[in-house]
Amino acid sequence: MNSFSYHRAAHPVEAVKDVNNQSDAKFVAGGTNLFDLMKLNIEKPSHLTDINRLDLGKIEVLPNNGLRLGALVTNAATAWNKDVEENYPLLSQAILAGASPQLRNMATNGGNTLQRTRCYYFYDLATPCNKREPGTGCSAINGFNRIHAILGTSETCIATHPSDMCVALMALDAKVNVTGVNGERTIDFADFHRLPGDTPHLDNHLEHGDLITSIDLPADHFKTNVAYLKLRDRQSYAFALVSVAAALKMEGNVIQDVSVALGGVAHKPWRDRQAEEQLKGQSATAAGFREFAETVLSGARGFGHNTFKIELAKRAIVRALTMALKNESTILSDLSKA
Amino acid sequence: MKTNYTGQPANRVDGSLKVTGTAKYAAEFEAEGLLFGYIINSTIAKGKIKEIDISQAMQVAGVVQIFTHENVSGLAWFNKSYKDMDSPPGDPFRPLYDHKIRYSMQPIGLVVATTFEVARFAASLIKVTYKEEKLVTNLQDNLHRSKKAPMGKVGYVQPKSRGDAESVFAKAEYKIEGEYVHAAEHHNPLEMFATTAIWEEDGKVTLYDKTQGVSNVQLYISNIFGLSLKNVRVVSPFVGGGFGSGLRPQYQVFMATLAALELRRPVRVVMTRQQMFSFGHRPGTVQRVAMSADENGKLTSIQHEAYGETSQFEDYTEIVVNWSGTMYNCENVKLKYELVKLDVATPTDMRAPGAVTSAHAFESAIDEIAYAVKIDPLEFRKINYAEDDQVEGKPYSSKELRACYDQGAAKFGWSGRSIEPRSMREGNQLIGWGMANGAWDALQMPAKAQAVLSLDGKLTVSSGTSEIGTGTYTIMTQIAAETLGMDINDVTFKLGDTLMPMAPLQGGSWTAASVGSAVKAVCEEVKAKLFKLASKTKHSPLSGAAPKELTMAEGHIFLISDPGSRLSIIEVMRLTETDSIIESGMSGPDPAAKTTHSFNSHAAVFAEVKVDEDLGTVIVTRVVCAVAAGKILNPKTAGSQILGSVVWGISKALEEETVMDNNFGRFMNHNLGEYHVAVNKDINDIDIIFVEEHDDLVNPLGIKGVGEIGIIAVAPAIANAVFHATGVRVRDLPITMDKVLQLAEEDKNQVRV
Amino acid sequence: MKNATETVELPEHYPVSLKVNGQAYNLKLQPWVSLLDALRDHLQLKGTKKGCDHGQCGACTVLVNGKRINSCLTMAVMKDGEEITTIEGLAKGDELHPLQKAFIEHDAFQCGYCTPGQICSAVGLLNEGKANSLEEVKELMSGNICRCGAYTHINSAIMQVKGETGNE
Ligand SMILES: Cc1cc2nc3c(=O)[nH]c(=O)nc-3n(C[C@H](O)[C@H](O)[C@H](O)COP(=O)(O)OP(=O)(O)OC[C@H]3O[C@@H](n4cnc5c(N)ncnc54)[C@H](O)[C@@H]3O)c2cc1C
Ligand code: SF4
Ligand code: FES
Ligand code: FES
Repeated sequence: MNSFSYHRAAHPVEAVKDVNNQSDAKFVAGGTNLFDLMKLNIEKPSHLTDINRLDLGKIEVLPNNGLRLGALVTNAATAWNKDVEENYPLLSQAILAGASPQLRNMATNGGNTLQRTRCYYFYDLATPCNKREPGTGCSAINGFNRIHAILGTSETCIATHPSDMCVALMALDAKVNVTGVNGERTIDFADFHRLPGDTPHLDNHLEHGDLITSIDLPADHFKTNVAYLKLRDRQSYAFALVSVAAALKMEGNVIQDVSVALGGVAHKPWRDRQAEEQLKGQSATAAGFREFAETVLSGARGFGHNTFKIELAKRAIVRALTMALKNESTILSDLSKA
Repeated sequence: MKTNYTGQPANRVDGSLKVTGTAKYAAEFEAEGLLFGYIINSTIAKGKIKEIDISQAMQVAGVVQIFTHENVSGLAWFNKSYKDMDSPPGDPFRPLYDHKIRYSMQPIGLVVATTFEVARFAASLIKVTYKEEKLVTNLQDNLHRSKKAPMGKVGYVQPKSRGDAESVFAKAEYKIEGEYVHAAEHHNPLEMFATTAIWEEDGKVTLYDKTQGVSNVQLYISNIFGLSLKNVRVVSPFVGGGFGSGLRPQYQVFMATLAALELRRPVRVVMTRQQMFSFGHRPGTVQRVAMSADENGKLTSIQHEAYGETSQFEDYTEIVVNWSGTMYNCENVKLKYELVKLDVATPTDMRAPGAVTSAHAFESAIDEIAYAVKIDPLEFRKINYAEDDQVEGKPYSSKELRACYDQGAAKFGWSGRSIEPRSMREGNQLIGWGMANGAWDALQMPAKAQAVLSLDGKLTVSSGTSEIGTGTYTIMTQIAAETLGMDINDVTFKLGDTLMPMAPLQGGSWTAASVGSAVKAVCEEVKAKLFKLASKTKHSPLSGAAPKELTMAEGHIFLISDPGSRLSIIEVMRLTETDSIIESGMSGPDPAAKTTHSFNSHAAVFAEVKVDEDLGTVIVTRVVCAVAAGKILNPKTAGSQILGSVVWGISKALEEETVMDNNFGRFMNHNLGEYHVAVNKDINDIDIIFVEEHDDLVNPLGIKGVGEIGIIAVAPAIANAVFHATGVRVRDLPITMDKVLQLAEEDKNQVRV
Repeated sequence: MKNATETVELPEHYPVSLKVNGQAYNLKLQPWVSLLDALRDHLQLKGTKKGCDHGQCGACTVLVNGKRINSCLTMAVMKDGEEITTIEGLAKGDELHPLQKAFIEHDAFQCGYCTPGQICSAVGLLNEGKANSLEEVKELMSGNICRCGAYTHINSAIMQVKGETGNE
């Protein structure tokens, strides 16, 4: 870990200013990703602005009946918030599928969206990585890429975004509220993260010093018929190989609205709105779900170890939609009961 | 009176230290002016260090010294001086010896500073340039370079073939064959390797070390640094897990000692979790098994060959295929075991080394051939049951494997199994039942112990063994208390110090038998002494009594014929003006017994899995593990040993593999986030049965050890259950969803070591 | 040895007050000191263990204001003013915490290295009151690795204490 200075900010404007004062300053919230990466010399901020004392720790109902999740509310407090549990169960499920109870007590909603990839090579200074050191090459493409992306990849990077929470936020059409040096703005969740393209070192569209203040969820959006399915190499405390946040709005057996986001398959939570449009108005059948899955994965490309994810993702979509139809979750009960 | 003697499920005597956080592990000893070391490791797998630039790191305030091969001298130059009690044949790795890089993550330097954080920071400022050489780390691609495994490692025996397996196989009607690939695995005990080295004015050094053998570390350090044994004291009262990783001294003890001696200050060096992947591991292996049977289910031939990886500098061997010659009756057996040298660290014994590797391939094959002849796999094993050791032609001192089959099957409900694959399901979940069996050596090593009985009637017994979680403190206390008929609370057992009598390395499940026998022997000496003293007492009920007329219980010595005639231990000592009784004892295996009998423990494991038909996820819902391991000293701690072994087996079957990137020759998932071991959620019902097994040949205590027998048959039982559930035989471990769904791509470029 | 001409800059020390197991401590720490290392190396409370230093094992679990966290992934300065409970603070004098007793009784450990973290995590779990079944205990205790594999015994110890204390 490098040497750095530390300041505990009392107000968002002060915090933004504090980070903007130095080109390699960073905010620290829960610290669960940043401090981890600092120990490995992957992140080397010269200054940390501690935002934990900012007044961003509330969950509030918005005038339009949507819900505002403060950036500093912990993942645990969010998942177990009454409004979230009742009105956005998909988000609760996704959060509870991630990390561990201890980590969720530390991890914040702001920090979760900004967590970095778990690519082995990104994590190991001994190997080249375009995300860590642009221009050095991508070790994963011809290396061990079991956990890597199959959608939206580029020749420079095939990393995935590891978050579970973000997959649900994507499916739920969340918006991210940001305060920066040039004032406040709101970013649609779909436009929040980036694909690697030829700038794999950039994970998202925030600028230096942009502070996430909250995340908004639209009113009355997929309260029932949702399911979060996470497939991983052990039953808990592991990142997703493939995850699916599936939400349906049904009228009888007819699909009024549908939203499906995938995790573990791309540099950002993946969603195919065109495919969703095609599913709307159809009746819910296994064949229809499979066809939808085929469309979503039509552009997928495997790199060897991760090629299985293409078929697995299709099956996971079908299963998640089937579970959503029955409103089943797999997180606190084991998969064998699904 | 509840004695809590052997056979009783006594609570751990060290339990309250462990639940209150007061048990002290190697990194937790303090000293005035303690310095902190941080190790740096190579980023390449093969080549030479051109330059290590430490100039910037040395500028960091608080950095005291940085050790590299460039500034370390005066060490033993002779590479055999680096051998330890568990070294395989070859030239051991010498840390900081020269500029050569032999494997990725080889330690190449040590930063010593006044705080841990400063040392870690300074380490990040060190710039190393290398000259890289072409590396070879891919086992499967290099099988053609294999060579016969040499003798030399303790316990290694070359496999013996018999009959003519090849031609019988060629002509057989019922036959199967398959290739099994295992990746490397790392022990990952939860405590990371650590040493606190205390330098003393008189040139002595005390090392608080994480090790499974204090004497081994003492020997190793004294040889390298040219210190006499009495100037090296190694202490290790608690070890946060070993599983074999602590059998050989690890490089942090070298680093800490080096720094303490050079700087004449106390130094603590703790590995990082990443560094826990930078030394010995369970080797990657490739195995081929072929078998044939007749229509009655009698095995007619067995062929088993195994290729294990080893380093370029040592030939690590383990007993893999030999087991296949002893498990079943079969006249034609062909066995082969070879090594492939790769640019990796030397592998190290890991829980049930060899046997666990072998059993997965061999017991999967047994299941497969049973299916070929359409016989229930348990029935098939009974048909081919070996009463005697088929290789040595000797009877077993005891072998209650049949009882394991019967009791295990009954508990599991095996008789309700429908033999057809894919015949049991619950919704999307295919249900499978599988079983397998395994064996392990029941070994005993020479060991010594000391006992001190003091005037207050308290007994302290000591032996330089270790406590890695196996319950050593507890069972030794039980043995001593029982031998002397004392209250367990009046007995203290001490271990983990080279000032104590020498004990063997804690491995191979032999500690209970070896140290236990020594403890029993020394307590018998104390007893004899007490009887002698009792008989010398004047005007007492025991005056003049012959030893054979006396016995002990409840802290008293009394006449067998008249229990009312008694004296307490304290009275005997007081009446004879004895301040204390100090006895030393030792015990070792009976060489004669070895010529007439073979000694094995056995287990049968039954497993139930649920496999998601579409998603390929595997959950092990139930395991029954029936064990025959002689007398069980403490069903509670022994049960925990078996329980842990079953968890290991589940973890091995479904999760564990250290992934080698052959482009870099580097293990890539070197952390506990990506090297998956079983978590709480992965573990469901586990039933453990200890079957009665009486054995008075194996050792005076009649015990066989329980550290490894529990793991051996778990992975094959699970693999067989997955086959029963799905009809798919996954031969490469771990059994992950992509393999179950048969979606895993055969990848020539990146096959795991 | 070294020449002390130019030195690389080190982080400043910041005042940090921690209330650990009821006792107040006023420390001066550099921000790169984790809460775990502050407890172990600065307060000499070595009951809290380091098993990975990266949030991947749970050995370092402590309670901050009653909530369980991984002390390795937070800087001590960030916890200025907070109340921390470690394994050393659970027993009342010689009277062990019910979970500590249950862990001994159920033989819920072997090497003991994960044990302080398991017990603190279990205290946090009971405080949360979200685990209503064995299945849920298993999921919500999965952030604590026990390499010795004592899980089923850990769970029975927790279930016993949970039963005794009722639904909190
Ligand atoms: C072992 C382990 C397993 C895990 N498993 C999972 C998993 O299965 N699923 C999953 O989803 N996650 C998982 N996580 C990741 C965890 O969820 C994230 O580390 C966490 O959400 C990050 O939040 P934080 O508040 O701690 O962020 P920090 O580490 O504090 O910050 C992360 C980044 O966000 C920036 N930042 C934080 N808050 C703000 C803000 N308000 N505005 C602007 N920038 C900000 C920081 O500068 C930093 O760059 C795991 C983590 C670990 C260590
Ligand atoms: S996939 Fe991306 S993060 Fe991983 S090595 Fe390639 S460039 Fe780096
Ligand atoms: S040491 Fe903190 S989680 Fe492992
Ligand atoms: S008791 Fe050893 S890791 Fe849990």
